[in-house]
Amino acid sequence: MSALHVRTLTQLADGLRRKSFSSVELVGELLARIEKSQPQLNAFISVTGAAALETARAADRALATGSGGALAGVPIAHKDIFCTAGVRTTCGSRMLDNFVSPYDATVVAKLKRAGAVVLGKTNMDEFAMGSSNENSFYGPVRNPWNPQLVPGGSSGGSAAAVAARLVAGATGTDTGGSIRQPAALCGITGMKPTYGRVSRYGMVAFASSLDQGGTLTASAADAALMLREMAGFDPRDSTSVDTPVPDYVAALEQPVAGLKVGLLAEFFDKGLDADNERCVREALRVFESLGARVTQVSLPNLPLSVPVYYVVAPAECSSNLARYDGVRYGHRCEDPRDLNDLYRRSRGEGFGAEVKRRIMTGTYVLSAGYYDAYYLKAQRVRALINADFIRAFESVDVLIGPTTPTPAFPLGAKTSDPITMYLNDIYTIGANLAGLPAISVPCGFVQGLPVGLQIVGPHFSEARVLAAAHAFQRATDWHTRVPVGYA
Amino acid sequence: MSAWETVIGLEIHAQLATRSKIFSGSPTAYGAPPNTQADLVDLGYPGVLPVLNAAAVRMAVKLGLAINARIAPLSVFARKNYFYPDLPKGYQISQYELPIVADGALEIVLEDGAVKRIGITRAHLEEDAGKSLHEGLPGMSGIDLNRAGTPLVEIVSEPDMRSAKEAVAYLKKMHTLVQYLEICDGNMQEGSFRCDANVSVRPAGTQKLGTRAEIKNLNSFRFVERAINFEVARQIELLESGRPVVQETRLYDPDKGETRSMRSKEEANDYRYFPDPDLLPLKVDAALIESVRATLPELPDQKAARLATQYGLSAYDAGVLTASRELAAYYEEVVHAAPADPKLAANWVMGELAAALNKEGLEVGSGRMPAARLAELLGRVQDGTISGKIAKEVFELMWSQGSSADEVIESKGLRQITDSAAITRAIEEVMAKNPAQLAEYRAGKDKLFGFFVGQVMKATGGKANPAQLNELLRSKLRG
Repeated sequence: MSALHVRTLTQLADGLRRKSFSSVELVGELLARIEKSQPQLNAFISVTGAAALETARAADRALATGSGGALAGVPIAHKDIFCTAGVRTTCGSRMLDNFVSPYDATVVAKLKRAGAVVLGKTNMDEFAMGSSNENSFYGPVRNPWNPQLVPGGSSGGSAAAVAARLVAGATGTDTGGSIRQPAALCGITGMKPTYGRVSRYGMVAFASSLDQGGTLTASAADAALMLREMAGFDPRDSTSVDTPVPDYVAALEQPVAGLKVGLLAEFFDKGLDADNERCVREALRVFESLGARVTQVSLPNLPLSVPVYYVVAPAECSSNLARYDGVRYGHRCEDPRDLNDLYRRSRGEGFGAEVKRRIMTGTYVLSAGYYDAYYLKAQRVRALINADFIRAFESVDVLIGPTTPTPAFPLGAKTSDPITMYLNDIYTIGANLAGLPAISVPCGFVQGLPVGLQIVGPHFSEARVLAAAHAFQRATDWHTRVPVGYA
Repeated sequence: MSAWETVIGLEIHAQLATRSKIFSGSPTAYGAPPNTQADLVDLGYPGVLPVLNAAAVRMAVKLGLAINARIAPLSVFARKNYFYPDLPKGYQISQYELPIVADGALEIVLEDGAVKRIGITRAHLEEDAGKSLHEGLPGMSGIDLNRAGTPLVEIVSEPDMRSAKEAVAYLKKMHTLVQYLEICDGNMQEGSFRCDANVSVRPAGTQKLGTRAEIKNLNSFRFVERAINFEVARQIELLESGRPVVQETRLYDPDKGETRSMRSKEEANDYRYFPDPDLLPLKVDAALIESVRATLPELPDQKAARLATQYGLSAYDAGVLTASRELAAYYEEVVHAAPADPKLAANWVMGELAAALNKEGLEVGSGRMPAARLAELLGRVQDGTISGKIAKEVFELMWSQGSSADEVIESKGLRQITDSAAITRAIEEVMAKNPAQLAEYRAGKDKLFGFFVGQVMKATGGKANPAQLNELLRSKLRG
């Protein structure tokens, strides 16, 4: 049996259940691929091979008796932002280089219960702050489509791993586009659920009101399968929502005919690369051919997303990251002279430049005398953006537009200019500010590089968003393309 | 009349008597070995999240109802950001702009008997921090996070108090109230009930508030009074010598009996409050408020008013007897068990019993003198078996031996002598032994009557019925 790696998560789960191959066999093959890819892609921070093989053996035993969960024996990877008991959880930071979590995140525990086998922890921008994966203490991740290019971020390791078929599914987190943007740049499917749909317990916090866990997979069908196992109310997360989780897999075949699709006018701005635009408009024609009705929709406050985000997210991060003080866990400087020295050097050494920039920005916007002008005003505009979306969803079922302005860009191209880097998330941030479910699916290629199409739905419409993406993927084959050298 | 008027507001921190912490499942019991009552949430581990303890919310609502405050249908938890080693997350979760309780009041009785209303601006829920330890750790600091996350309600008064005595009266009243409500154990030594005092002075007759100093962490009534009095004198002295009072935080040193500067306004932290995104706004609906209202006990003022009318007690006595819920319950138990006069019972409970308890540092609920026993003793006074004076002796023996009144009376032979013949015999013996005094008395020295009473009492071991003795003695002496 060979080339198991090209199969989708759904196919692997089926094959394992039918005993066409074993989990141990599959895990062995993927571990070898990960090891081989690591010098090139650097997609993983930790590989947990021995534990994975042990879990795989247990899964095979369960499968042999016809038991085991929906993902029994299926290999996955976790973004290194999810706490995993007994395994290092670094969040891409020197600050947590030595941190071994004593507990599992709810998402980790749920996927474990579903039978998934964890191969390792994927690389990421430090504390999920970045759009290129160049902010990792463990070095940048490279794009499998071209190693000179970035994979996007912050879930760059998960995106590259799935694109290079090192694993069929990986978890990610999305605060301003950190699942969808790397998914777009790596040519895979990235799903960010409604805020509150997936528990944040055990997910290291960046910006609590925006962070949401989700999936990076090869297809929308795989996303449906994985999300169904991850989602649900968690009494340990006060912001998780207590509504039943629909069977996303069963809902995939909902027809697109009659679906009212809104074309997001504000996304087709001067920043959008002409070739990206061409791919997205081509995708809209596909939806029309499937019977969807496309209308243009305007969200007048949406262009304010980036400035609003870069006030709210840093404000929350400045507070969330205060716990990394060198006192109880994580990096502590050598021989502190006194308490202030302990704080200053532990944090100074432990955090990278982008994290520091955001902590300082956030501290500033929350300071006495600036709070009203920045934080409070940003929250008001956020409410307006949310209202724009809600109004739009009175007349359309989903909103469609590009995921990113351009395809993947070279390493180092934007590192000297944070604002240019921040503008990468211009089309993804809106869904975070409004807490909406959104997916990015591949919709074409520009000079050999994948382009992402974004579908946004109303709160808790994951089933509809996934079904629309699935219908598109039934009609196209962009999502089946694999980078040269990883097929 | 002083040229200066003192203005005081108190911020009281009452630890709520929940079993677990406000945002985690760790127990709140006091005195456990360091860091054994702190889970990952209390330690501020990466990825953990707070979940609000519903019992703490009910207790805050209970307090709000008891002080006739407004219960906010929607209140918000905020983060108060500052770095300190005993603050694991780098922020304290507290309520800032929208507290759960607002606009309440408590009435205190002043020395002249007048009633004064003290306004309560707000009461909000928050978590306590841990403790830094320095003893036995040379060159290092230890951190104990057992207390981190313990639920507190901070009760902020209006600047309505005009003297240290008023401040103490208000603090005591609140101390009594939170214990009545069973939302706080009131233990000041363990820090379950403590306060900060905001103190300023202004020229008498003026309206504008003076610059205030905040005295932190006062944990006894005596310290509150002393610290405020010291601070008032310090501020007046400054102002009278033409120097300004600086807005600052001060600490009270109980050993030296003085306050000293901790940090000035310029050095104060910018806490960068903002709503905690990990917690949704707290909603309290009418159903919750009504379900809490149904659990409200009779409040101290209501109870005092009832005791005064029902038992004919003075306002002062009723106030003393209702200072604690246990004491009031004990008193009523005595009254209901005994045929005794409620006033007599009040005197005994506030007098002999309180003194005995006080001497041994015991609480009324200690069981040392069950109410039924005291009632039995008072019954023996009432039915004339013993005199009030002998009753005190009986009480002491009951207290030390743990026996009943009748046991003591019988075993010590303290039953009152009411047999006229026996008393007359004793009188005749005393008269026979003291002819000189008898002659003087009969010659008009009336004062010697007391001498004869004393001698007869001595002869009867104090057991002669005093009224009978008086009557018989008077007629015998007349001759």
